[in-house]
Amino acid sequence: MIPVEMYLIVSTLLFFIGVFGFLVRKNLVGMLMSIELILNAVNINFVAFNRYLFPEQIEGYAYSLFVIVVAAAETAVAIAIFFNVYRRKGSETVKSIRELKH
Amino acid sequence: MDTLSALLTGNNILFAILTVVVLCSALLSVLTEKLMHAAFYLFLTLVGIAAMYMQMQYEFLAGAQLSVYAGGILMLFIFAIVLVHHIGENSESVSPKKKWIAAIASISGVILCLITMYGTNFNVNPEADELVKNVNMETLGYALLGTGKNQYLLPFEATGILLLACIIGAVVIANKEKEDKA
Repeated sequence: MIPVEMYLIVSTLLFFIGVFGFLVRKNLVGMLMSIELILNAVNINFVAFNRYLFPEQIEGYAYSLFVIVVAAAETAVAIAIFFNVYRRKGSETVKSIRELKH
Repeated sequence: MDTLSALLTGNNILFAILTVVVLCSALLSVLTEKLMHAAFYLFLTLVGIAAMYMQMQYEFLAGAQLSVYAGGILMLFIFAIVLVHHIGENSESVSPKKKWIAAIASISGVILCLITMYGTNFNVNPEADELVKNVNMETLGYALLGTGKNQYLLPFEATGILLLACIIGAVVIANKEKEDKA
């Protein structure tokens, strides 16, 4: 049996790789990809806790299914927004929507 | 030597391979300059995670991960890259100084989490490998469509409404505004 800590270490590293990518990228699609990495790290955590701490229940299992669905919805809307930004500004970096800050 | 050979079971070797695949491709996915390559590395990461779910005997979750993430979301990314990005051109990233700051922030986050994890005692169920075999598709189906305790009919329906709203929203947002041209 693989200790649950191994899964947690993997998910921690994956989460912070995602955070790093989110901070480093200027491209909107690249930033979205990093968010997917973060969501996947969280999913691994849910599933590992469910599997090793409460194996006869499926709370973490069901929760990570919902996370996958919400991630799909989020990506679809985000990419629609991204197309709109590109059409209006002709650029695909976060700088092009800087006026949203003010 | 005995402890080493005890560690070299098929399960552990598989887990080690999956870990290396997932983490290396995730790292390459955030570090590579070309967005298309990043999408392919992301694909490897997602498939590796699906294999991890499979190893934990959650087959349906692995299938959902493969079909929704690797099949659906990644396709959307590749569409976005192909339609918008100039292929072959490197994507911009922040200045090296900011990169170092981001790296230090991430590494300190990892260290903080690992320290917290080290001090925590997880009550791992010793019979987890056996008990998880009782969880099958039937359990999951009742949980998703039941209204009792720990059953998820309401979130399930809410997810349906969310998806509907997101389809309409995506069409409305991505639609060209015709009155602008007229």
